[in-house]
Amino acid sequence: MKHIIRKAYWNYEKEEKWLNEMSSKGLALTDFSWCRYVFEDATEGEYIYRIELLDHPIKHPESKKYLNFLEEIGVEIVAYYMKWVYLRKKTYEGKFDVYSDIDSKIKHYKKVNLWWSMLAGVEFGAGLLNVVIGLIYLVLEGEVNFNLIIGSILSIIGFLFLGLGRPLREKIKKLKNEREIRE
Amino acid sequence: MPESTERGALTEAVYYILLSLYSQLHGYGIMQKIKELTDERVELGAGTLYGAISTLLEKGWIKPINDQKDSRKKEYLITETGKSVVNGEIKRLEELIKNGKQIAGGGYQ
Repeated sequence: MKHIIRKAYWNYEKEEKWLNEMSSKGLALTDFSWCRYVFEDATEGEYIYRIELLDHPIKHPESKKYLNFLEEIGVEIVAYYMKWVYLRKKTYEGKFDVYSDIDSKIKHYKKVNLWWSMLAGVEFGAGLLNVVIGLIYLVLEGEVNFNLIIGSILSIIGFLFLGLGRPLREKIKKLKNEREIRE
Repeated sequence: MPESTERGALTEAVYYILLSLYSQLHGYGIMQKIKELTDERVELGAGTLYGAISTLLEKGWIKPINDQKDSRKKEYLITETGKSVVNGEIKRLEELIKNGKQIAGGGYQ
């Protein structure tokens, strides 16, 4: 039976944890599109789920090469959304981690941090442009117009996106300290 | 002359990937072999393994084996360069062990 749950996550690690909790209750993710999770009944704890941000869009040859490799080693690609992929592996096949050493963990956190920074950049760019147009209008006409409002909202969203990267930046710092003494 | 980057220690992942490729294996085989060699202590992450294989291919320490029957499953084998790197690493590890045993004495189990 299919179960559809609508939910928004801004932290992929929390999202991953939730998917694994669902899996341990016998609900296995089979599809995902923005904020919409489709689960199907499965044996309790049948799968381990992982979420990964790829270097390239899903159709890029490099991504295809990597996803092929994952399939070869028994990893199933459940769904994807932009550069994010949802992966799972049968629990009885043993531990399933995408990154097992500090360096590759740091690399992945940096990638996710860059993702949020880029989104923030887009919002700031559009926001600032609108604020400038709005301010010019304000000076010339003495009225607050639509651009000023939209521009402010976009800039605030930009700050929120930037904030989403903060826990990642802290994790990167911790891991870098750890790397000073071990691999 | 640029500073040498070839004298550092190998990562555990790279060391074991090289060792496991003294006979040819595909990705899944490498993971299984390493698990077996280390009594399940080392389980490589899928992304970590992929990254390491790409780098080792670039360096020429391992090479792909072309198998026409099933080109989807690529197999790899260690090269002569790779073997000499492993031998160098074993020497380095032996020194570590020797000094460790000598100084820490019989305290290790």
